[in-house]
Amino acid sequence: MSPRPGFVLEVDRSTPPTLFWHGERFRLERLPEGSRVIYAPEPLDPLPDPAAAIREALLHPLGDQQPLPALLRPGMRLTIAFDDISLPLPPMERPDIRQLVIEEVLDLAAAAGVDDVELIVALALHRRMTEPELRHALGDRIYDAFAPTGLLTQHDAEDPDALVHLGLTDQGEDVEINRRAAESDLLVYVNINLVAMDGGHKSVATGLSSYRSLRHHHNPQTMRHSRSFMDQHRSELHSANWRMGKLIAESGVTIFQIETTLNNDAFPPPFGFLQKREWEWGVRDRMAFVGASAVLDRTPAAAARQVFHRVRAPHRMTSVQAGEVEAVHLRTTENVWKQQGVPVEGQTDILTMGLPYISPYNVNSILNPILVACLGLGYFFNLYRGRPLVREGGVVIMSHPTPWEFNPVHHPSYIDFFEQVLSQTTDPVEVADTFEASFANDPWYIHLYRTGHAYHGVHPFYMWYWCAHALEHLGGVIVVGGDPAAVHRLGFRAASTMTDAIEMATDLVGRSPTLTHIHTPPLLLADVQ
Amino acid sequence: MTRVRDALAGRRFFITGATGFLGTALVERLLRTLPDAEVVLLVRPTRRSTPMQRVVKEVLKNDCFDRLRSEQGDQFDSAVVARVSAVGGDVGTDGLGLDDEGRRQLSLCDVVIHSAASVSFDSPLDSAVEVNLLGPSRVAAAVVAARSLAQSEGRPGPVHFIPVSTAYVAGTHQGEAAEELLDGSRFSLDVDWRAEVVAARRLRADSEAASRHPGQLTRFARSARKELGGAGLHLLAQRAEHLREEWVRKQLVDIGKVRAQSLGWPDAYPYTKALGERALVSQFGNELAITIVRPSIIESALAEPRPGWIRGFRMAEPIIISYARGLLKEFPGVPEGIIDVIPVDLVVAAIIAVAGDRLAEAGAGSPPGPPSVYHVASGVRNPFRYGRLVELIREWFTEHPLYDADGQPIVVPEWSFPGRGRVQRQLSQASRAMAMAETLVGSLPIRGRQASWMAALEERHMLADRALGYVELYGAYTETEARYRVDRLLQLWERLEPSDRELFCLDPAAVDWDHYVREIHLPSVIEHARVRTSPGRSVQPSRSERARKAILSPDRHLAAFDLEHTLIASNVVDSYAWLASRHLTAGQRVAFVADLLREAPGLLALDRKDRGDFLRSFYRRYDGAPVDRLREDGWELFYAQLLARSFPGAIARVRHHRALGHRTVLITGALDVVVEPFRPLFDEIVCARLVQHNGTFTGRMDELPPIGEARALVLADYAEAEGLDLAESMAYADSASDLPMLEAVGFPVAVNPEAKLAAIARRRGWHVEHWEKAAGGGRRFLPLGPVDTRSARGRGPTSAAALMGARRSRAGGGDR
Repeated sequence: MSPRPGFVLEVDRSTPPTLFWHGERFRLERLPEGSRVIYAPEPLDPLPDPAAAIREALLHPLGDQQPLPALLRPGMRLTIAFDDISLPLPPMERPDIRQLVIEEVLDLAAAAGVDDVELIVALALHRRMTEPELRHALGDRIYDAFAPTGLLTQHDAEDPDALVHLGLTDQGEDVEINRRAAESDLLVYVNINLVAMDGGHKSVATGLSSYRSLRHHHNPQTMRHSRSFMDQHRSELHSANWRMGKLIAESGVTIFQIETTLNNDAFPPPFGFLQKREWEWGVRDRMAFVGASAVLDRTPAAAARQVFHRVRAPHRMTSVQAGEVEAVHLRTTENVWKQQGVPVEGQTDILTMGLPYISPYNVNSILNPILVACLGLGYFFNLYRGRPLVREGGVVIMSHPTPWEFNPVHHPSYIDFFEQVLSQTTDPVEVADTFEASFANDPWYIHLYRTGHAYHGVHPFYMWYWCAHALEHLGGVIVVGGDPAAVHRLGFRAASTMTDAIEMATDLVGRSPTLTHIHTPPLLLADVQ
Repeated sequence: MTRVRDALAGRRFFITGATGFLGTALVERLLRTLPDAEVVLLVRPTRRSTPMQRVVKEVLKNDCFDRLRSEQGDQFDSAVVARVSAVGGDVGTDGLGLDDEGRRQLSLCDVVIHSAASVSFDSPLDSAVEVNLLGPSRVAAAVVAARSLAQSEGRPGPVHFIPVSTAYVAGTHQGEAAEELLDGSRFSLDVDWRAEVVAARRLRADSEAASRHPGQLTRFARSARKELGGAGLHLLAQRAEHLREEWVRKQLVDIGKVRAQSLGWPDAYPYTKALGERALVSQFGNELAITIVRPSIIESALAEPRPGWIRGFRMAEPIIISYARGLLKEFPGVPEGIIDVIPVDLVVAAIIAVAGDRLAEAGAGSPPGPPSVYHVASGVRNPFRYGRLVELIREWFTEHPLYDADGQPIVVPEWSFPGRGRVQRQLSQASRAMAMAETLVGSLPIRGRQASWMAALEERHMLADRALGYVELYGAYTETEARYRVDRLLQLWERLEPSDRELFCLDPAAVDWDHYVREIHLPSVIEHARVRTSPGRSVQPSRSERARKAILSPDRHLAAFDLEHTLIASNVVDSYAWLASRHLTAGQRVAFVADLLREAPGLLALDRKDRGDFLRSFYRRYDGAPVDRLREDGWELFYAQLLARSFPGAIARVRHHRALGHRTVLITGALDVVVEPFRPLFDEIVCARLVQHNGTFTGRMDELPPIGEARALVLADYAEAEGLDLAESMAYADSASDLPMLEAVGFPVAVNPEAKLAAIARRRGWHVEHWEKAAGGGRRFLPLGPVDTRSARGRGPTSAAALMGARRSRAGGGDR
């Protein structure tokens, strides 16, 4: 039986309560009759032999690109860049796709007698990965072969010697990327395309670039004109990256792009109920849910967080394509849509969402209040093509405890951003104009980014800009079960129950509002007609 | 006709005690009401100011002169200041310490008014004796000498000496006291004042000697250590010496009080004043024209220079404020007793009238005549009942309550006029109970906000002690049953012409007590007391906001930071445990933890006793540790342990200082390998370094670790080398052992202070910051390194094994 497509349920009297993520917990909410719940398609069947599929893709590239072996020759400089810890979510069971792909690439390189090979983690301004994280992504064999000799590096966007400025785009945007990558004879980039935003020219132009380059598209104006950034054709974020990608190509950098897609089988058996539609829960699912809820309710949040961050997703590869960047990305995006796309009829007054414990920026860490905002308004709000799921002036209700907690090692500048910036203003433009430069150039944050495992000083600003489109579009944001102080600092309102939240929302959207819930996991993309 | 004013116009007055309450009012009145009169003020020079600078600052700039200043406008300098001169000297020194010029100045004066006194009721006996007992005679001797000097130059010289005494020289016995000399008065006991002087000086010497007894010195040293902990030798010595001086002072205060009471005076003040009168009269009564003016309790002005003018906090004010704050629940006193208060302007007027009356009567060349006495008191002429006073105060504060810190009005208690003994007993019981609680809390290992309970407790204790002090000091004055007659004062008043009366109102009957208390005195007291008189939360920036603003001013130079518990919630033992366990196998870890836990109490005790010894002995554990491995692990430690347990507020503060252009310095006893990752925050890091040998540490430090006093020295050296001013600098630290560093700077900041420092910070008004760990920093039961994944893959011997091995073998070798 082939997997069922996505589905929009209309809630009626017989509908069981709907499952909401609530950080490290779950909530069951009975949504008003007539509400819609959007479910993602069921997990697609994985490729039966990933290694063979990868080899096949490398040998039969898409677009204007030669097969990989033809690009390899002795004496050349080969650089393999790959996505960092932010992908996929949750981290996948071993072997990670990156390991599978890079092993194939290295086999071909070895066969061709290439001996100058370096691996670079495409961090952009993310935190450096730890040794266990790298071992997980690459496998011990690759790690032990490259790391001890310094041939496995993490992109350092603050090392002037490790960067090269390739010029300006026709719009005057600086293009500055990793020197080793730019000066290699071949740059292979290995992607895991979890959502439609990932990949394409964004891989190199963002993943291997510096603040000098990023600031041209990571800003409130660009984000407000990316509607949404999941839709490449209507995304200013992508337009800027595509301009940069062209310039990178014109500068003589040869890129061999490898993109992969996953099915949305995100949680292993104990949490299998998360993947199912509530009315189809069997006895085992109910017991698992009751058991998990009972345990989690009695577990301190920090301990529950540790448990969840140990979850490894049973994701399986559904496609792999290699070759020229744009041709590859076109095919990849189609495949992402195949797994995640759900047609939805019309907009809604209220959009509800349950936010999980994890986002791209807090793997093995805390989803701090800024990341809560970013996950809800940056990511979930933007999971659309066409028009936003929620109408202009509508309300987003998200469910998350939003504790006033930060990881001081991973997110030091977030702490100060929350204390010093959001206490003054929540307007993304004012935030950018008044505060961005001082955080971006702060030597302490740069030090922690370069030597430790800290996100760059400017990163919390990007999280806030990610919300810019939603903040402009929405009439209000309500957080169910959120810590009132932290929620107020974000400029949102806190409600203790979903009923209260909907009641509060009617002040903004009028009596008898329409309500739509995006049911996650698994992730989905709404095609709003 | 204005007889008094005319007689005094153009005269020169020599005045002592001009910087006091009465003296200031007197100078102002003389300059304002007597045309062309000049004043010469005897002022003690200080290290920082010349006598004239003191006069300008402490007398002419006082709000007493506001009226004169506005009347004169631009002319103030030429019309007023020009008539004031100052000479350096001290009534505590024979000959007043005058130089030739001073003596000449004195010889040019016509009237000498001596109002300098040690008015505090709890002065040590010997200083009260020097000032109050010997002072008048010393001034008189100087006057006699100046007169001879003047006469040798054909001038008359000073013709009238007016010492200000107190009505209470007659004691507080029941009955009426007349305005007469003490000799022969029925109130007076015949005491040999010379013997009292000798005894007082001798008692000072005895107390000084007793305070140096080894037993005492040990006690002072122990108290100092208890209070400051391991603050370093210098500070402890300083504190112990201060305690010794305090002890001597207290001895002499007690001795004075007991001696005074044994002779029938309530305390040393009236006792020394009384003997001072005797000494003066017996030595100079025949030589000089002497008129003694004896006011009772001087309080705020009735009308001159303006109603309510007062200088300093005097006797009644602290009691009134304590009452209004609800702190003084009871005060002894007899409701029908008379409280003898006199407004300052009446006393001033009486002194001027006395001076003018004599000059107008006798002229310059007349023989001195016998000394005479004037009381300036209200008890007989216009009695004011103590019960009425209390009633008025209670009514007033019920109508105009003070407000507590939360903006709630404070309800004033109703006094039941209990006996003095009962109140004293209650208060001293409360004080003892609080002292016990304080000792208990002080011995708990608490810091930060919890330590501020301690400070609150201490504040209450202080208030209870202060209340007890008031009762002990002033209780006698509310129970006074003596009546000070003012017949001579009233005769003087009768002699004054109407125009003089207008200028120099001295009749106590002029005071309407109800009006005086309600409309003049209490509003003035409240204004001076800086208390909250409006409800609601203050919109003014709080004390700590103001302090923070001062600290974060671009004018500052340098900010020095301690590391442990100031920037991070961790210490050298944690760091060691982490580093040493970094490369251990599971079995080794268990043994290691067991070892460390067993040693923990000993380590803690040593750390409390002497931080330097502790570090020296503790760092020996690093003997044999490979340098490179430790440096590498130091970075990991920083991220896993130090940054995770840091105070983001503290780190933000360091960076704020840098952004303001201040230099930042880290001064810590932690090892260089541990603090290296902090380098970008600081311009300079001063830390402990271990000696290296063949790529391993030896466990010995290459120089003394920067702790205790060494920190202050390091800081001073750095500031001097960089041309920075420590007075314009900040120091942040958490413990009393950091006192030398905190005291070295102008802006000390206590960060999450432990109990001792919290108490010290409170007392000295230091700014306190409470910084918390980031809520997401994670908690660890034991500060151990992660299980090593690398060594399992064959990366050779581990630093921890080396550390452990070295330590074990040394322990086996009996090194400890």
